[in-house]
Amino acid sequence: MDLSPPDATTDATAAQALLICEHCDTVHRRCPLAKGEVAECARCGAVLERCRGLGANTLLALILTALLVFAQATLWPIVTLGLNGQHVDATLWDVIHTMWTDHSQVVAVLAALTLFVFPLCKIFMLGWLLLYARSGRRAPGFRLLMVTLHRLGPWTMSEVFVLGALVSIVKAHLYFDVQPDPGIYAYAALMLLITIFAGVDLTRLWDETREEAP
Amino acid sequence: MSAWPRAAELGLIGCHVCGQVCSMTDADDGALACPRCGSTLHRRKPAAYARCWALLIAAFLMYIPANILPIMRTASLGDIDDNTILSGVVELWVKGSPGLAVIVFCASIVVPMLKFLALGTLLISSRRGSNWARRQRTQLYRLVELIGYWSMLDVFVVALLTALVRFGYFSLVEPLPGVVFFGLTVVLTMFASMCFDPRLIWDGKEDSDD
Repeated sequence: MDLSPPDATTDATAAQALLICEHCDTVHRRCPLAKGEVAECARCGAVLERCRGLGANTLLALILTALLVFAQATLWPIVTLGLNGQHVDATLWDVIHTMWTDHSQVVAVLAALTLFVFPLCKIFMLGWLLLYARSGRRAPGFRLLMVTLHRLGPWTMSEVFVLGALVSIVKAHLYFDVQPDPGIYAYAALMLLITIFAGVDLTRLWDETREEAP
Repeated sequence: MSAWPRAAELGLIGCHVCGQVCSMTDADDGALACPRCGSTLHRRKPAAYARCWALLIAAFLMYIPANILPIMRTASLGDIDDNTILSGVVELWVKGSPGLAVIVFCASIVVPMLKFLALGTLLISSRRGSNWARRQRTQLYRLVELIGYWSMLDVFVVALLTALVRFGYFSLVEPLPGVVFFGLTVVLTMFASMCFDPRLIWDGKEDSDD
């Protein structure tokens, strides 16, 4: 027996011509947007649709950059502290590992998920989708990946971690010699890339790609 | 019908996940799947009030020990110093940089309090069907969504310092239970704001002005 709910009916062309605001349920007629333009809801001001100035090729290049930078940010030490000639440095994994062994497993799991697992998943999923979107095709698993990306939403926190590293450096600077390591520069670059991707409206991928005939 | 028709008035529905516009009658609420992404179509997020209140109250209960219990222990040469969230901010203000102290104060104290107050206000006013400042209340919701996860700042600071300050007897930093409660507070408030449906702000009484 098929337990999945039946599909709602939709008239493809009529549905394409309308937009419904996700914050107040107001129905809008869709206008074609020029590069860099943003459509806002007349009633509540929410962003309805954003036309990115970047093509799928550019985004794919940026995602590959993000993957490289992310690997460096994760593998390389972030800062080194010095005291009486002793030196200690820490990578992201040291941070997660010490929280696990220091009776704060909840924090270790949170950090592992929001700073490593989810960002990495996001990068791979976006890369996979964009690889196919370059030629207007839908990648295998398109539907599942798009829904998962939507659900991941705010659960990637690399940018918060960068600010946290900054605060830690200032705090540690009072008592120790602090030396920035390559990891912190990789994180700085990652933060720039995150800012670029924050302005990308992923839902447009639904319209810009077509399902291939089976 | 007002100048700006709403989805229900036209017998339409927008998918909460992918934004696809479909036609749907009220009888089908929760029974149909989006033809594009396969998610179940709802007019409003299911049980928004109950879930949001439950998570918000749970978050508040976690927030009390998060502030009372110390979050971090600094031990150097046998001298032990336990810091709560607030005393950490004060220390940063006095010894380090006041600018950064303001940022940490905002992320750790102002943002969680703002979330409790804002979501509480939204829940009560929407339940009463109030038509007061609807646009501003929707903007308030967007603000809560946008800044919510920055509260994790203090948790990451404690985690990083613990990993870095490992000089044995000379200097050692340990996390204390407060930081776990604070992390849980942030996660629960994030779930609470995700469960709230801003469309509820616009239900209820008719708008008088537009």
